[in-house]
Amino acid sequence: MSVYFLCLVLFCIGLYCILRKRNLIKIIIGIAIVEYAVNLFFILVGYRMNGRVPIYSPDQTIRDMVDPLPQALVLTSIVIGLAVTALIAAIAMRVYEKYGTFDITKIKKLKG
Amino acid sequence: MTQNLLPLFIIIPLAAAFLNSLIGKRIKGFPDVVSAVATFALAFISVYSVFLLKESGTLVYKVGGWAPPIGISMVMDGLTVFMLVTLNLIAFLISMYSVNYMEKYTDKWIFYSLFLLVIGGMNGVVISGDMFNMYVFLEIAAIASYALVAFGTEQEELEAAFKYAVMGTVASSFILLGIVFLYSFTSTLNMADMAMQLTGKGASGIVRLAGVFFLMGFGLKSALVPFHAWLPDAHPSAPAPISAMLSGILIKSLGVYAIIRIFFSVLGASAGILNMLMILGGLSMIMGVCLALGQWDFKRLLAYHSISQIGYVVLGIGLGTPLGILGGLFHLFNHSLFKSLLFLNSGAVEYATGTRDLRKMGGLKGKMPVTANTSLVASMSIAGIPPFNGFWSKLIIIVACIQSYHFIYAALAVIGSILTLSSFMKVQRYGFFGESKGKANVKEVPFFMKLSMILLALVCLSAGLLLLPLFYDYFLKPASDAVLAGRGYLVDVLGAI
Repeated sequence: MSVYFLCLVLFCIGLYCILRKRNLIKIIIGIAIVEYAVNLFFILVGYRMNGRVPIYSPDQTIRDMVDPLPQALVLTSIVIGLAVTALIAAIAMRVYEKYGTFDITKIKKLKG
Repeated sequence: MTQNLLPLFIIIPLAAAFLNSLIGKRIKGFPDVVSAVATFALAFISVYSVFLLKESGTLVYKVGGWAPPIGISMVMDGLTVFMLVTLNLIAFLISMYSVNYMEKYTDKWIFYSLFLLVIGGMNGVVISGDMFNMYVFLEIAAIASYALVAFGTEQEELEAAFKYAVMGTVASSFILLGIVFLYSFTSTLNMADMAMQLTGKGASGIVRLAGVFFLMGFGLKSALVPFHAWLPDAHPSAPAPISAMLSGILIKSLGVYAIIRIFFSVLGASAGILNMLMILGGLSMIMGVCLALGQWDFKRLLAYHSISQIGYVVLGIGLGTPLGILGGLFHLFNHSLFKSLLFLNSGAVEYATGTRDLRKMGGLKGKMPVTANTSLVASMSIAGIPPFNGFWSKLIIIVACIQSYHFIYAALAVIGSILTLSSFMKVQRYGFFGESKGKANVKEVPFFMKLSMILLALVCLSAGLLLLPLFYDYFLKPASDAVLAGRGYLVDVLGAI
């Protein structure tokens, strides 16, 4: 149970980081933390204590097997996370070129 | 083997995007042709599938030949076909418009590749019958749209894209979290199977929690009011065709469609969820239009109106009555028509005069007759003037509110409509009528831009006819029936295998 709770804590740290930090790079790190927390939680959902590797063969009965589906899905989710992080980091670099700062309180041409 | 048509909705745009990025750079004019052909093919197939659906009922395609609870499935029911027609029709007209409009940007092939990726992602979201698959397509569409918002790479665009990307990613995380909770509860990802498991297990705290996560995630994607902050920045910053696509179809397929599909077909619409949707819808309806009143930037004003009009759609859906759902869906269709048209108009004005500020325009009616007249059609449609399509859908929503004794929401809908009218009278007065203030040598825009605006205006004028019994049975009735059936979705899907 405590593992799930720690997962929630990690998620909240990430959200706090996104909401409160003023530096673009730190916000990107916050996004990465949120994604890790969700991925970790997904893996934990399929995990079984002292479970067996999920390889099926005809002479074995299916017993105490770790759920393999979340692992496959998390791989996809990690790749998506990588794409998002790369894109946002690229945008942050271009923002730095244009504004000369990473501070979001100084980047405010849009309002209203 | 009619269900073999289904994967085409994903294959065509993805293949066209791939071709574009492979050889689009070398051959001039190639990206234009490929994306126009691809989007035209998509529009044609989606209109054809309207008749197909009428003939053969719900279609299910099994990817790789695996039966649904194990394999991924693609499902085409009434609601899906309705969304596909809306998406691909608008996408084709926008693609035609971009031929001339995108001349002023470099790297047209990158634009078209990203544009086709967004279309592929949206079609995938709409046609997928699997939760995680839906999430993957949602991310394809979302990531490509972040890049498209930043396409101009000026200060405003980059700032808006960063804001949009951060909020969009947080929303996606919440959606994934909701999927994880549902998976842990039902041990399946197929929507129909999930609906069946949930029916067997009854209500639970986990399902409610997942519902809250979905509402947050998809609410952010569809820019309902507490989650709307990114929209007025992101939509105006993109190039005009992309603004038209984001406001016209992206927030609907990623947001509203997903809300309908998950809350009605999978989780089963409870009174609490419907109430929540109605409150969010009513709030968006009024807040959006109030914020729009003070705007002088043409595109920013339109972006705020998108929030308001999405409020109408969600209010109609949230009523949960047959008439309310019909009104909501019809307004969704109409809004995608006239909002795309308005954004294309704003793009045409910007193309010709170089400004988006309403105070610096004026007197464009004489110089740009096509743009001025089509924008008049769109303005009257969005404000709900009788012969135009916006009137019928708003009328249905208001009547549905009164019928189910929600008089406050009916009053709010009327007030919102009046405020919309006043806001668009301002646009017409400052932008197109009155004296000329800006550049003297303003010319009408090139041919393809005119053509797509005229076609959209014609569809706006005639969309009210869809309520006639002849067309109603083909297009709107299957869609509203699919929503009304709720968890009947699972019977449909399992029956069609």
